[in-house]
Amino acid sequence: MTDHAYNFAYLDEETKRMIRRAILKAIAVPGYQVPFASREMPMPYGWGTGGVQVTAACLTPGDVLKVIDQGADDTTNAVSIRRFFQRTAGVATTEATTEATLIQTRHRIPETPLTADQILVYQVPIPEPLRFLEPRETETRKMHALEEYGLMHVKLYEDIARHGEIATSYAYPVKVGDRYVMDPSPIPKFDNPKLSDSPAIQLFGAGRESRIYALPPHTRVVSLDFDDHPFTPSKADHACDLCGAAESYLDEVITDDLGSRMFVCSDTDFCRTRREAGQVGRLGGTLEGEAA
Amino acid sequence: MYVAVKGGERAIDNAHAFLAEERRGDPAMPDLSVGQIAGQLKLAVNRVMAEGSLYDPGLAALAIKQARGDMVEAVFLIRAYRTTLPRFGSTVPVETGQMACIRRISATFKDLPGGQILGPTFDYTHRLLDFKLAAEGGMPAAPEAPSRPGPVPHVTALLDRDGLIQRETDSGTPAPDLTRDPLHLPASRALRLQALARADEGFTLALAYSTQRGYGRTHAFVGELRIGMVRVSLDLPELGFAVEIAEIELSECETVNQFTGSKTEPPQFTRGYGLAFGQNERKSLAMSLVDRALRWRELGEENIGAPAQDEEFVLMHSDNVQATGFLEHIKLPHYVDFQSELELIRRLRAEAAK
Repeated sequence: MTDHAYNFAYLDEETKRMIRRAILKAIAVPGYQVPFASREMPMPYGWGTGGVQVTAACLTPGDVLKVIDQGADDTTNAVSIRRFFQRTAGVATTEATTEATLIQTRHRIPETPLTADQILVYQVPIPEPLRFLEPRETETRKMHALEEYGLMHVKLYEDIARHGEIATSYAYPVKVGDRYVMDPSPIPKFDNPKLSDSPAIQLFGAGRESRIYALPPHTRVVSLDFDDHPFTPSKADHACDLCGAAESYLDEVITDDLGSRMFVCSDTDFCRTRREAGQVGRLGGTLEGEAA
Repeated sequence: MYVAVKGGERAIDNAHAFLAEERRGDPAMPDLSVGQIAGQLKLAVNRVMAEGSLYDPGLAALAIKQARGDMVEAVFLIRAYRTTLPRFGSTVPVETGQMACIRRISATFKDLPGGQILGPTFDYTHRLLDFKLAAEGGMPAAPEAPSRPGPVPHVTALLDRDGLIQRETDSGTPAPDLTRDPLHLPASRALRLQALARADEGFTLALAYSTQRGYGRTHAFVGELRIGMVRVSLDLPELGFAVEIAEIELSECETVNQFTGSKTEPPQFTRGYGLAFGQNERKSLAMSLVDRALRWRELGEENIGAPAQDEEFVLMHSDNVQATGFLEHIKLPHYVDFQSELELIRRLRAEAAK
């Protein structure tokens, strides 16, 4: 059901061209934040306007779109963004990671490895990895230009001195292609290893901050660390209570007011696929709940 | 037991239906018409037009109705509509010196060519609730004077003739467009003014107030505040001349600021400038104070580190549509990030307990 009052995928073609030029530049200079003339979108800034603009510029009528938020297809904002493109582009949508040609995500990378036929679009709130060390854009741009990342290393070192480990658990900074320090968006650091050497194109859109950046396929992405304090991806020390997966990122769900809790895959498609294949976790068994 | 977070689609639909019902309010009461809003809540309409950067009182009134009177939401609706509109070109600069003023006051001269015109102002009203308004009732017509012939020159032009105020020159460069190009810093004054014209009124007011209390003081006098209609013309390349296409209402404020001179500039008056759609007095006044405070660099003044002097701080945080979106996005689910923080805190606590 497309809305014919608007152009395919909402944005006019001139705007899409402008965004595509920014995307091409971003792919040519991996990890570099390309300023682009971000448009006001019909959803609020901070709710995925950057990702939506990048997706709109990449979509073709033959694409199959998947939208996730916190790893799940059915969280409210994922539903809202998927509906937006159903309405304005009329593209096919899916919840299956393997069927999608374009996946827009907030805060997660799917557990199922991506392929060369896929584009992963990240929604980015604050694209600047140095922002909370230096609030001025004029300064941070200079720091990137000069490859002056000492401040970041001092911050990580101070974390270790104070806490015994680097106290950043999401939006963990990475170095891209041995050049730019990049914010991978607020994905848990558990997901960081999936950024590197991915066969898929990874695009990052920050609407409010007017920035686009990218990781072309098979780019080397290294999470910042020290030789004596190597980077460790972390997750809850449990297996999924529904599908039994031990290697997926888990959400903790509080089940009563007495401290009982269960752990479930944050990637809903990954979990369902496993259960459909007969895998059962501690509390799993049926697929009920989902009819609620 | 575990309730999967399914059913998001239905929940959203139902929430929106609830919203529509709440927006309408008691169906026994007559529905508010867009015309009533445009006619009787004109200052609200003006604010939405100014911060929405779109001059269309009808659409602004509709946005206010749809937004249930939430002004920032109404501004957002207008912005999201505006962004889809095609751009045909730029108009010829409006001639505010030719404004048909309904209000024009100067705080720097007791009388001046064109005179002082109070117009429809809250100034000097006693802020006593008028209970007559709560009852239905007609209004007596306001007395009318014949319009005064003759020009209404800008106050600053009078000072300029004597060489007492810093001369503003036309750079001749086309006006930048904040909505079509990403903001680059440092910004030109034209770009700063463009950002301030659509800036949140409350934010601009607070910044202007802070300069009056010493955070970047600029000693501002209201040289002139004028409100009225101006003609808008567009150059049509096919015709080779400009054609008048519309009339719009504007509020324009020019402050005259004391300036004792610096290494680069002689002692003279300087000005701050404010311009907004519709009758929008507080906004244009506040804007002119902030504009002046931001000019410290070009005038060789000292930067005392006041917020209103900080171009990056002001321009990056003045837009209420950006600000409210980012502020309110923290209502979105963050349980993936929160989970990773939970694990970190548990690990650090376990470590500390050892």
